[in-house]
Amino acid sequence: MKRTFVAGLLSTLLLWPLGAQIQNQPDDGQWPMAAKNYASTRYSTLGQINTSNVASLKLAWTFSTGLTHGHEAAPLIVNNTMYIVTPFPNYLYALDLTKPGAPMRWVYQPDPEPSSQGVACCDTVNRGGAYWNGKIIYNTLDVQTVAVDANTGKEIWRTKLGDINLGESITMAPVVAKGVVLVGNSGGEFGVRGWLAGLDAESGKIKWRAYATGPDKDVLIDANFKPFYSKDRGTDLGVKTWPGETWKIGGAAAWSWISYDPTLDLFYYGTSNPGPWNPEQRPGDNKWSSTLFARRPETGEAIWAYQISPHDMHDYDAVNENILLDLTINGQPRKVLAHPDRNGYLYIIDRATGEVISAQTFGYVNTSEGVDVKTGLIKWNPTKQTGYNTVRDACPAPPGVKDWTPSAFSPKTGLIYIPHNNLCYESQATQANYISGTPFVGMTVRMYAGPGGNRGVFSAWDPVQAKTVWSVNELFPVWSGALATAGDVVFYGTMDGWFKAVDARNGRELWKFKTGSGIIGQPATYKGPDGKQYVAVLSGVGGWSGAIVSGGLNAVDGTGALGFVNAMSDLGKYTTKGGMLYVFSLP
Amino acid sequence: MPYLKCRNALCIACLLLAACQRQHRDIRPSPTRLAIYGDAAKEDALRPGGRVNSQPVVNNPYNASAYDISEGQRLYNWYNCSGCHFNGGGGIGPPLIKKHWIYGGEPANLFDTIVKGRPNGMPAWGGRIPEYQVWQIVAYVRSMNGEQPRSATAARLDTIQTNPQTIVNRTTGPTK
Ligand code: HEC
Repeated sequence: MKRTFVAGLLSTLLLWPLGAQIQNQPDDGQWPMAAKNYASTRYSTLGQINTSNVASLKLAWTFSTGLTHGHEAAPLIVNNTMYIVTPFPNYLYALDLTKPGAPMRWVYQPDPEPSSQGVACCDTVNRGGAYWNGKIIYNTLDVQTVAVDANTGKEIWRTKLGDINLGESITMAPVVAKGVVLVGNSGGEFGVRGWLAGLDAESGKIKWRAYATGPDKDVLIDANFKPFYSKDRGTDLGVKTWPGETWKIGGAAAWSWISYDPTLDLFYYGTSNPGPWNPEQRPGDNKWSSTLFARRPETGEAIWAYQISPHDMHDYDAVNENILLDLTINGQPRKVLAHPDRNGYLYIIDRATGEVISAQTFGYVNTSEGVDVKTGLIKWNPTKQTGYNTVRDACPAPPGVKDWTPSAFSPKTGLIYIPHNNLCYESQATQANYISGTPFVGMTVRMYAGPGGNRGVFSAWDPVQAKTVWSVNELFPVWSGALATAGDVVFYGTMDGWFKAVDARNGRELWKFKTGSGIIGQPATYKGPDGKQYVAVLSGVGGWSGAIVSGGLNAVDGTGALGFVNAMSDLGKYTTKGGMLYVFSLP
Repeated sequence: MPYLKCRNALCIACLLLAACQRQHRDIRPSPTRLAIYGDAAKEDALRPGGRVNSQPVVNNPYNASAYDISEGQRLYNWYNCSGCHFNGGGGIGPPLIKKHWIYGGEPANLFDTIVKGRPNGMPAWGGRIPEYQVWQIVAYVRSMNGEQPRSATAARLDTIQTNPQTIVNRTTGPTK
């Protein structure tokens, strides 16, 4: 058993034996980062709660955050303490799991600039923190990263990474790899120049910053950069694939998930849509928007990139999670990442090289007609191309077949559990006027339910066969994360407030509980100090899909919230806002 | 009756007619003179000792012309108000079609909201948008709420319209 040295090694990030499959991550019953582990499986080996007893799952305790915007974060559980990061103003609560009812140990208030709420495209959400070497590290809406002593709640460092007056904000959960905190900006709707930065976890000092547009030296592309497809090769493509200097305000923000493979020493993440949405203002491929990158954590240098949606016309960010899996495909052992993209394809990609092994749709798609794995090119449907002409019945809508809502993978069933959408839209472009600090979109949108009328789906996908195994329709987009467990129970939440447990093998509903507000948070599970398995989730509707309720929007204008209001006008009949943590256990 | 600037006989004559509101056009906009009304957020209704409202009534000098409202609509899009408030339903910012204003819906309140911004993310536009344009935007925002004479208000938005012929069923979606 080989042990790799990791600076500031912590007890919860155990190492696994060489040769073991990456999806079989070590698990000590805690939940140290939003995605549970570097492979982003969101799978727990805890099996106390299982298919035969989950029906008797009961509420153990609750905790109110006192806030009413969308609660998208995953609770962290480390050393018998639960940590909750809230939406703006980004409080960090520490709850003592050793005492009955888990009373608050402390609260840390970073005091972000209130004006930053004006540059949050899709509600003032935050997706959580990461535990590293005695610290909780997370981001604030006003573009800062903070490190807080996990024991005392005292601030250890804070680093300002950007400027709200350039339309920048941060909503993502950072990941710490090799002592480097990986953080990216949000603002694909504000004409930002997207970046991902690496910070020293002990001091907060910025070690490197990799832009997603501009010359190669800014993108940290050098001689070691080997994209698999010829379409992604060439010098300074981050400049040449844009008209004039528009790459400087071209979006491509890294606002979402990061995975890390310690053996290959590569981390993976995607970039957002290009700005503005109006594609007529930016002819060209618009690199490196809607792109997957593989980089080295210590230097940030790019090893490969694959532009998933060149010249995106539908807001198809490539930021969704990358689940790292070692699979046998067509008789060959392959080190892959599974990436369910906004554009509707679930990509299985060789994570060492960037080669697409398969790309099949996991929902209804008519904006494209397939992905050629030989060239890596997606075949866009010319009749659904957006622009100054009105385009109707384009599917999927801008939030995609799936948005940021992270999937889970169970090594027991071999399936990926995907919370997602079924939405189509109509659109018309308008000339976008760049005024820094304000939206840069240029598209009027109205969304509505896709075929069948259900706006959400929760489905199980076989990454080897590249097909859906089962799916459950939901009234509203499924905007929560998924959680898979060794008890063969999979958890997710719905926007009308149900927290559900389904059978991992067939999707059969085994248990549900109605929480106070719609659920868009990421469920987590842990072993309590009493040896019992607990399941925790934040309830508190909001986010892009729930802005109509959390922001009190007026449904008479279907174009509200970038056109999501049109599809969600009835949400207020099903749920009200309000953030509350719910924790469940067997009696 | 709304305050109107009348500089010529035609205008005075058409004051008698509702159609005047569609004709009026201010040919000499006032110079930039921003935030002149003090802090014109809505006054609180709770007044210790029974004092009366002390907020001066300030009328929009661009209150009633179809030209100003349609200019206001163009500027509302040009300055990206629409990026945050969309066509009045809201998104990043709160809705602007509503009864209950946080900072007040009177012309002076709206003027100050736009010029000074508001703390939770409403940008301060003072120095960026000329005063007469701010008033035109105020007129447009008021028109969204039916607070302007109907005869002066645009019948439709400049954006994509729902087409009942081709639009798919809202509950069943398009057929595959
Ligand atoms: C960057 C996003 C953004 C832009 C651009 C923007 N607003 Fe706002 N606006 C907001 C936010 C956020 C608030 C809520 C502020 C608060 O509550 O403190 C707001 C508040 C307001 C209000 C007050 C609403 C009330 O209930 O009192 C008005 C009126 C308004 N905006 C009009 C405009 C106009 C007109 C423009 C264009 C000149 C504009 N806004 C541009 C984000 C924006």
